[in-house]
Amino acid sequence: MNFAPILPELILTIGAIVLMMVAAFMGKRGSNLCSWASVALLLGAVATLGGEPQHAGALFGGQLVADGFSAFGKLIIYLCAAVAIVMAHNWFERDFEHAAEYPVLILLSAVGMSVMVSATSLVTLYVGLELQSLSAYVLASYRRTDDRSAEAGLKYFVLGALASGILLYGISLLYGFTGTTQFEGVAAAFTRDGTTSIGLLFGLVFLLAGLAFKISAVPFHMWTPDVYEGAPTPVTAFFASAPKVAAVLLGVRVCLDALGPAMDAWRQIMTFAALASIFLGAIAAYGQTNIKRLLAYSSINNVGFALIGLVAGGPQGASSVLFYMAVYVVMTLGAFLCVQRMKGEDGEYIESIDSLAGLSQTRPGLAFALAIFMFSLAGIPPMFGFWPKLMVFNAAVTEGLIALAVAGILGTVIGAYYYLRIVKVMYFDAPAGQPYARGGNALETAMIFLFALIVSPLGYLLIGPLGELTGRAAGSIF
Amino acid sequence: MSGMMTGIPILSILVALPLIAAIIAMFQSANGARWTALIATLVSLALGVLLWMDFDPNGPQWQFVEHFPIGGGISWAMGIDGIALLLIELTLFLMPICIGASWRSIEKRVPEYMAAFLLMQALMIGVFTAQDLLLFYIFFEGGLIPMYLIIGIWGGAERIKASYKFFLYTLAGSVLMLIAMLVMIWTAGTTSIPALMAYDFDPSLQWWLWLAFFASFAVKMPMWPVHTWLPDAHVQAPTAGSVILAGVLLKMGGYGFIRFSLPMFPEASAEFIPFVYILSGIAVVVTSLIALAQNDMKKLIAYSSVAHMAFVTFGLFAFNQQGIEGAMIVMLSHGLVSGALFLCVGVIYDRLHTREISRYGGLADNMPKYALLFMVFTMASVGLPGTSGFVGEFLSLVGTYAVSSWAGIVATTGIILGAAYMLYLYWRICYGRLVHEDAAAMPDLDAREMWLLAPIAAAVLWMGVYPESFMRPMRADIGRLLERVERAKPAGDAHLTAGKPAPAHAAHAETPVAEAH
Repeated sequence: MNFAPILPELILTIGAIVLMMVAAFMGKRGSNLCSWASVALLLGAVATLGGEPQHAGALFGGQLVADGFSAFGKLIIYLCAAVAIVMAHNWFERDFEHAAEYPVLILLSAVGMSVMVSATSLVTLYVGLELQSLSAYVLASYRRTDDRSAEAGLKYFVLGALASGILLYGISLLYGFTGTTQFEGVAAAFTRDGTTSIGLLFGLVFLLAGLAFKISAVPFHMWTPDVYEGAPTPVTAFFASAPKVAAVLLGVRVCLDALGPAMDAWRQIMTFAALASIFLGAIAAYGQTNIKRLLAYSSINNVGFALIGLVAGGPQGASSVLFYMAVYVVMTLGAFLCVQRMKGEDGEYIESIDSLAGLSQTRPGLAFALAIFMFSLAGIPPMFGFWPKLMVFNAAVTEGLIALAVAGILGTVIGAYYYLRIVKVMYFDAPAGQPYARGGNALETAMIFLFALIVSPLGYLLIGPLGELTGRAAGSIF
Repeated sequence: MSGMMTGIPILSILVALPLIAAIIAMFQSANGARWTALIATLVSLALGVLLWMDFDPNGPQWQFVEHFPIGGGISWAMGIDGIALLLIELTLFLMPICIGASWRSIEKRVPEYMAAFLLMQALMIGVFTAQDLLLFYIFFEGGLIPMYLIIGIWGGAERIKASYKFFLYTLAGSVLMLIAMLVMIWTAGTTSIPALMAYDFDPSLQWWLWLAFFASFAVKMPMWPVHTWLPDAHVQAPTAGSVILAGVLLKMGGYGFIRFSLPMFPEASAEFIPFVYILSGIAVVVTSLIALAQNDMKKLIAYSSVAHMAFVTFGLFAFNQQGIEGAMIVMLSHGLVSGALFLCVGVIYDRLHTREISRYGGLADNMPKYALLFMVFTMASVGLPGTSGFVGEFLSLVGTYAVSSWAGIVATTGIILGAAYMLYLYWRICYGRLVHEDAAAMPDLDAREMWLLAPIAAAVLWMGVYPESFMRPMRADIGRLLERVERAKPAGDAHLTAGKPAPAHAAHAETPVAEAH
């Protein structure tokens, strides 16, 4: 058996097990060690992604695949996970008993996500998804003494379990009507029977419904604002980045590979999900007063745009989705890093949008960075966030889906309003209330700076290399 | 002179210079930022003068061309023709004046203010120089961010509503254009604007593309009935913001028509002439009447802008030399004159802190220099011969008349109404008696204000007396544009025919007819 292609997963799994022991025996004292060791493991796993074995093709009898697509997904996932650990390190500094286990859970979640992006069978898909989800449920309720966090965890778990059930039901239908769990076999069955088979069609619908929950696409988005609000900020940042990327990529592979021949069937579903997510994400964000809830709607909105690329399909569409997610995680992590700076003198975290009033005068640097992320999330040029939006619309136009592109882009105008509102509060309003505590982790400051630089107009220099990378990654699933 | 600057990426420098200055200004003290901004804009202006001197009106269509592929189908492609050159000069000319106008009136958050203006300048130059469709869009939309901040931070009491309205209105107009651009890129297989200007789109596709572009440019222009963001934005923006808004940002709409709509979609443009003319006709009459009823100086000038911009659309869609040249001159002239009028408003606003017309009166007595300069700009706005306004409006009307006599008649009404509201404004502010004591105590223009207004007055008179300086650089380009749209040119209802020269002995009987031509 050749284990080289799953080296990154092996590194993370073994590392996670060892660190769990460390955490168990050292308790709170082990938190520093666990955090930095986890970051090192993740970076080590990233380092292995460039190698030849990562393009080995089908593994374990077609259960998993190692191709450019999975390597690209893992790259983003591991980096996001590392950022989430660094963020949490600071967050948990204040007397928290289980700080050492947190990075372990992130590592396990990362392993689950690796499996998700490289699954080519419905069973591995499910296993990966559950490994990721179970870690996520625990992470959401990580501050168990905090009511909101506990509520978030419970809500996430109950609804997540329901979604898993739906997904599993879809999988079992597909298995029953195709006789195989392999993506190839499912695709062959769709080619043979088409969507005339009611069993296949139902399987497809349930499978996609389960996935829509994981990427929090409308109408399966209800958990998102509550969970994002209740979970600790670094965990929210993690949820909004890595698992989202993994689930979207999984969706891309399932739709274009397993369900490829049934494109007409899922295209309608995904078109609806895309537009509904864009519009609901934009409209529901209007009344929000909590910045984390607002960013939750923003993530729903953004997933909608990514789905437009998926609806377009083909290598260009897939590549635009990858590009979109890559830039999206930078913007969203940057925004959450800024949110984490919203902290009173007493160390309490503040989440109300009103507290940002006049931030440009009290903390010009922070306000400037957050403004860059907001304009970028809104997709206003010359910020780099404009480019991935352009790419998904371009993919749609190339496929002749002009009505979809027009509808989607009108959604950006509606969405622009609430991003502008944050800028308005920071820049136009007079400072009110007490200013945030100064100072902060230097590493986090460096990350905010780096991410802001990436989404600034300088990011356009990345179009070439990143475009080539996503193009190659997308090409490997066709 | 041509060729002096070969090898120097002058257009990129014009974009980069204000950007670098903006970054420097952000980290400076208030005074430091003021000087940085002033020096940067003056150096840019000097470069602009060099650019004009080096531009060869008889040379190739696109000059100072730069091209660096960025990847992903977009290139840093720059280059200008005569039309772009003049709009760049307008921008560079107004910028130091804007900085000067904000020297004292802006007291809070000066470094950010100066940085926003410098960023604005970079983006505006980018709009007029971009030769890549997507690059153009990035610059075109990017301008929203600094303007949003300028209105929102340094504006008047209703600034927040005005800034949202400005941003969302313009964004909504532009996004459809983006989709149209993607369709064009996909159809034609290129993002290069010069290549697209020569590409013949299918007329049925043109129809849709034209509408999408129109949505964007009509809002930017602004045309009736999508002009409602403009009065709000103008009234609330600080003086320099209004100057740049009226002076340059509105010109992006006209530039868009001349650069995209006409050459890329000639058939559709011809088909939409009645539509454009009806909207322009309504704009001229309705907004002029609205302007007549205003009590707020800035609002009055804002509505007059909408009316003047209608002359631009009238002229552009005339499809003839006079119309398009006239439209360009109206754009340049309006850029100078409305900018100057907003400065004139700013001068007295800084003294009395009200824009209410009735709070002034009789200023000719205590502010003679001010009254004189204000008179010059009022006359230019009215279109008095000898000022820039006359040249543009006259040419534009001649062109319009050739297409439709009715449009010509309606447009001419606009000139009469324009004279009415401007003279009425001037009368209420400068003539009459000094009834208000505080207004009577206002000092005349100081040296700084003279330095702001006098150069504009000189330019206005120059353009009025010797417009050839401004028409020469763009003549060849307008010729190329006319060649391009020739195939779709409307027949028009004014058919001028040469008279039949009669033998000398019978001449006295027929002269009236012959001379009319």
